[in-house]
Amino acid sequence: MSASAPVPQPSAPPSPGGHRAGRGGPAAAVLVAVLLGAAPAGGQGFAGLGSAAGDFALPAPGPFDFPADHGPHWDFRIEWWYLTAVLTGPDGSDLGVQWTLFRTALAPGRGEGWQSPQLWMGHAGLTTPDRHFVAERLARDGTGQAGVELAPAFRAWIDDWELAAPAPPAPGRDALERVVVAARGMEFAYRLKLEAAGPLVAQGDGGYSVKSAAGQASRYYSQPFYRAEGWLDLPEGRVAVTGLAWLDREWSSQPLAPDQTGWDWFSLHLDGGERMMGFRLRDGGAGYTAAAWIGPDGVAEALPPGALRLTPLDRAEVAGRRVPVRWRLELPATGLDVTVAAVNPQAWMATLVAYWEGPVRVTGSHPGRGYLEMTGYE
Amino acid sequence: MLLEVDGVAKTYATGDGPVAVLRAASLALDAGQSLALTGESGSGKSTLLHLVAGLDRPDAGRIRVAGREVGSLDDAGRARLRRETVGLIFQQFNLIPALDVAANLAFQARIAGRHDRGWCDALAGRLGLGPLLRRWPEELSGGQQQRVAIGRALAARPRLILADEPTGSLDEATGEAVLDLLLGLVSETGTALLMVTHSLRLAGRLGGRVHLAGGRLQPC
Amino acid sequence: MLRAGLAALAGHWRRHPLQLAMALAGLALATALWTGVQAINVEARSSYARAAALLAQDRLARLVPLVGARLDEADFVALRRAGWLVAPVIEGWMPAGAARLRLVGIDPLTAPPGALALPAGEAGGLAGFITPPGRFLADAATAPAAAAHLPGPVAAAEGVAPGVVVGDVGIVQGLLDAEGQLSRLLLWPEQPAGLPAWQAVAPGLRLETPAAAGDLARLTDSFHLNLTAFGLFAYVVGLFIVHAAVGLAFEQRRATFRTLRALGMPVATLVALSLAELLAMALAAGLAGVALGYLLAGALLPDVAATLRGLYGAAVAGGLALRAEWWAAGLAMAVAGTLVAAAAGLVRLARLPVLSAARPRAWARASARLIGGQAAAGAGLLALALGAGALPGLPAAFAAVAALLLGAALVLPGVLAAALAAVAPTARGPVAGWFLADTRLQLPGLSLALMALMLALAANIGVGTMVSSFRLAFTAWLDQRLVSELYVTARDDAEAAEVREWLAPQVDAVLPIWSVEGPLAGLPGEIYGVADHATYRDHWPLIAAMQGAWDRVAAGRAVMASEQLARRAGLAPGDALVLPGGVRVEVAGVYADYGNPVGQVLLAADRLAELYPQVERRRWAVRVAPAKAAELAAGLAERFGLEEGAVVDRAAVKALSLGLFERTFAVTAALNVLTLGVAGVALLASLVTLAGMRLPQLAPVWALGLTRARLARLELARALMLAALVFAAALPLGLALAWLLLARVNVEAFGWRLPMHLFPADWGVLLAMALAAAGLAAAGPARRLARLRPAELLGVFANER
Repeated sequence: MSASAPVPQPSAPPSPGGHRAGRGGPAAAVLVAVLLGAAPAGGQGFAGLGSAAGDFALPAPGPFDFPADHGPHWDFRIEWWYLTAVLTGPDGSDLGVQWTLFRTALAPGRGEGWQSPQLWMGHAGLTTPDRHFVAERLARDGTGQAGVELAPAFRAWIDDWELAAPAPPAPGRDALERVVVAARGMEFAYRLKLEAAGPLVAQGDGGYSVKSAAGQASRYYSQPFYRAEGWLDLPEGRVAVTGLAWLDREWSSQPLAPDQTGWDWFSLHLDGGERMMGFRLRDGGAGYTAAAWIGPDGVAEALPPGALRLTPLDRAEVAGRRVPVRWRLELPATGLDVTVAAVNPQAWMATLVAYWEGPVRVTGSHPGRGYLEMTGYE
Repeated sequence: MLLEVDGVAKTYATGDGPVAVLRAASLALDAGQSLALTGESGSGKSTLLHLVAGLDRPDAGRIRVAGREVGSLDDAGRARLRRETVGLIFQQFNLIPALDVAANLAFQARIAGRHDRGWCDALAGRLGLGPLLRRWPEELSGGQQQRVAIGRALAARPRLILADEPTGSLDEATGEAVLDLLLGLVSETGTALLMVTHSLRLAGRLGGRVHLAGGRLQPC
Repeated sequence: MLRAGLAALAGHWRRHPLQLAMALAGLALATALWTGVQAINVEARSSYARAAALLAQDRLARLVPLVGARLDEADFVALRRAGWLVAPVIEGWMPAGAARLRLVGIDPLTAPPGALALPAGEAGGLAGFITPPGRFLADAATAPAAAAHLPGPVAAAEGVAPGVVVGDVGIVQGLLDAEGQLSRLLLWPEQPAGLPAWQAVAPGLRLETPAAAGDLARLTDSFHLNLTAFGLFAYVVGLFIVHAAVGLAFEQRRATFRTLRALGMPVATLVALSLAELLAMALAAGLAGVALGYLLAGALLPDVAATLRGLYGAAVAGGLALRAEWWAAGLAMAVAGTLVAAAAGLVRLARLPVLSAARPRAWARASARLIGGQAAAGAGLLALALGAGALPGLPAAFAAVAALLLGAALVLPGVLAAALAAVAPTARGPVAGWFLADTRLQLPGLSLALMALMLALAANIGVGTMVSSFRLAFTAWLDQRLVSELYVTARDDAEAAEVREWLAPQVDAVLPIWSVEGPLAGLPGEIYGVADHATYRDHWPLIAAMQGAWDRVAAGRAVMASEQLARRAGLAPGDALVLPGGVRVEVAGVYADYGNPVGQVLLAADRLAELYPQVERRRWAVRVAPAKAAELAAGLAERFGLEEGAVVDRAAVKALSLGLFERTFAVTAALNVLTLGVAGVALLASLVTLAGMRLPQLAPVWALGLTRARLARLELARALMLAALVFAAALPLGLALAWLLLARVNVEAFGWRLPMHLFPADWGVLLAMALAAAGLAAAGPARRLARLRPAELLGVFANER
């Protein structure tokens, strides 16, 4: 960064120093990088945010507490509400939407007004086969510009973007069962009604998701069964869409291992009704892979590290980088052997810290659709 | 004796050290007489003339003009000598550029407090300056300018005219004419004349001649 | 050949070192004054630009409160949640010892992209910036002093305006005691499509365009125009010196030039050599000039900064950065000036015939002929000045000033010649006659220096008259305006109410001083609340008023408008004015409000409170018997524990105002004196160079029987006489200039017209100064003449000229 760079700009690349706990990693890395200024990898540079979790709470195995766990966990350093949707337009075209709200804490807990040490960041993406739109929002906690609240109904927002339940849930129903997601950028907007067709799914070991051989972990659950219906506003006009959506909820306080340079993350809606989540954390060696196989009934099986095999097939030139946009995925335990191809290879999220995120088409043993996120390609 | 120069010495400082221009120069000139002062270039003729005019002081010796010891006069006294007793005529005329011909003609008489309009008019007529009186010096030819200078010198009725190569800047014919006028007026007014010239022919038209060489004067 | 030619030309300067010194001094001074003034302007403008560019306010539109200085933070959140991309800014003054700091609070997370040209926080980054106690940014000069008054460390940052400290919005709110309040919202240049109208979301705000935000630069423009005009004026005066010296040198070297030509040097080579010589001089003098200008600017800048701060609230760095562009610009001005000053000489040189009688006075005679042409041109310019003086607009006013000064300068030699010719017949005695005639002959040689002297004297009279008139008007106005004996500022509205209750039984009246800021006639303005009281009816300095004006104001339907506002908006009593929020009122009268760049109206206090309920009600003016004032002030301070400065008496306010006034014109006064100094040098230069040329004219007079001492006295007398004549010419010119400044420039630049007063005593002082300057300038040459060895005078007779 030059000496006259704007204050709020991040100063470090996303991967090495960032947090990583499944999807959402790059954006969390952004905030951490911002907070650490020009601090080097590992984040030791700033008092209180050192290599360890410092004063922050540490994730521990155990049952979730809903609906409280839908809300913010102020004592953890990072947290997100991360939604992706694979959609179909009136002409049958493949479309995709991303909506993410990140929370990062400078210190555990909240404070009054501007003094609250919590920061919010929103990312929105909209992908068509030949175009990709991006928007980003930042906010301080404490003023009402952004936040997540549970009463009277669930509501996560930043500016005019929101992921919110229009009404309190019926007794005994999950607070996130019916929600609306909306965002707006300079040239686009979208609004989708989401309705869960299945239960919440705890990832990892009952919601305790280990992220490296060294033991970094997070609390992680998903709602992979949303049906989506709504509209997209594109420069040429409004388009009605339907499709499927997937919400990830994750919070943690621990940084990545220092040698992890990036990751490739998949969430797949398979035509047979199964869902699959899989990721690979790249390092100097073979990397660390993990996957979950979720049945149409919501029963999830966490597969051991290394069970998932990922092979890049084709790369595309994206924003000056060579990024793999066609993959072979093999999960022998489930008989999965598919090719995953980007709907739009140019789905580049040109946010403060940039990454690739877009819808994919799945062919092979288990056809379907899904979302792919890739970070750390230089 | 109107003018007595007795053993006058004058040394000038130059880049090559002091140069003794005059060593022991002596001469005498009586009222109504005219004397030519000749010598080589740089022999000190002009210096002697300037000393006599009170423009500068001698280092040694005595100069008496009309009974007054020039060397003992102060600045004001010497200025008065120049105003009242002496008339100066220069090779370069030295008219006052700010004044017209009439004012130049009358200037010395006026500052000497002896302005005589009739005499000035007569002089102007005698010198052929009548049509030129309202002209400016720089509009005149050399001969005309020198005639104005002669008139200016005589206008105050000085007892002694000192002329330094008065025809030196003029061509021969003009020079002759100007000299004629000067000599004529000098004899008419009975004024004494000491004239520096390097021309023996011109010197011959004066009453006497002294020659300056080696800082000393020799009668010829 | 080149070297030989150059040596031949340079020999002249070796023989006339004083002449060379004068040319160089003139050029250096001209460059110095110009560079100095430019340096001040550049420094000030860069300060404004930094202030404006901070948060990109020079490019971004913003939302500000309809009236008042603050908006509610809730408006920020509401607009963000409606989708509007706005960034909050809180700004305010914080006491810092004897001085104040301008605090600017920002939110780095919502700041428009690229709007914060601030360094990346090296230690702590964003977290350190926004986490209490916070980190702050200020320019290198401000940072160390500011650190003592701020809770967190202050980092030096380029790009922050001097006197300004940038911090986090939340932390600055706390420091300014303004929790939940903002000064404005910056609008991102691009907004998402399909947003609801912002007016519907935040009806209490109004849009301000970036142009309107550049107020500081606009307000101070006139001040800088004044400085620039002064700099240019001094520069021109300096060029007079150069022209005189270089022109003489050309003339004196005519024989050399001719000889060089005769020896076979091409005219082009000769011109090129002269040009090279001039450029060398220009560079040498230019370098010295820029260095001098830098010192000058450094010496003047604190006063300028104080003026700008006092007059416009504009923060300007007190220190000066040595900028590369000054060197370039200064040298360019020196070279350009030299070429302009020498152009005539170069042209003459190019046309010089090889064979021509040596006529040393040709130049003087040609100049004498020039006098007629100059006078004609000057008369034309004076007519032009008359015309431009009648046109509206600041440029026309300055054009009138320029035409007046230049025209008068050109006419001067003709006027002097005519004056000398007129008195010549009355001269008694041949010496007096010669003296006058000779003076006339010298006019061409001295005319440039005399013009410079006249211009400097006229500027002195003009500016002096303006400043003194202003001071008289200002003092009288202060006496009228500052009627109340005490001025009290409470900590908040509640305390103010208590103060009033406590005071009421003890004093004659307690008058509100409440005000809100808001746009008036499309420009920033102030609305003051006044009570219906004799204090205003009897004392307020009205310029124009309707019948029963104060009654109309008291009834709440009318306002009094300040002169600036009335002039800008073309308001006269009886006209209508729209107050912020859309209320129409009548203008009942117009009053003088000197020294305030912002338009102002007076409205009945209760009407003010009704229209703008958020108005602060903390200040009171107290009418009480003067003898009781001190006791009452002490009582107030004790009863309410008011801080120092919360209770001020009339004398203190007046002293403060007058102090500000004096600072405002300190720079003008300094430049005035410097210009006069330059003119003095011009005269000295001319006299010294002329002295050398005058021997041939003086020697015959000396030979004919005037003593050297008398000639020297005459030379001195000549300089004094000329100075007196020039002063006589400068006096009407200066008064005309003063009239233009007071009646035209001030009105256009500041919006107020001042009555003109005459100050004959000042003229006497100035005449004495002019005579002293001329006497000093002539004394040297005269003394030299008095002591001249006869041999040197005799040289005139011996030399072949």
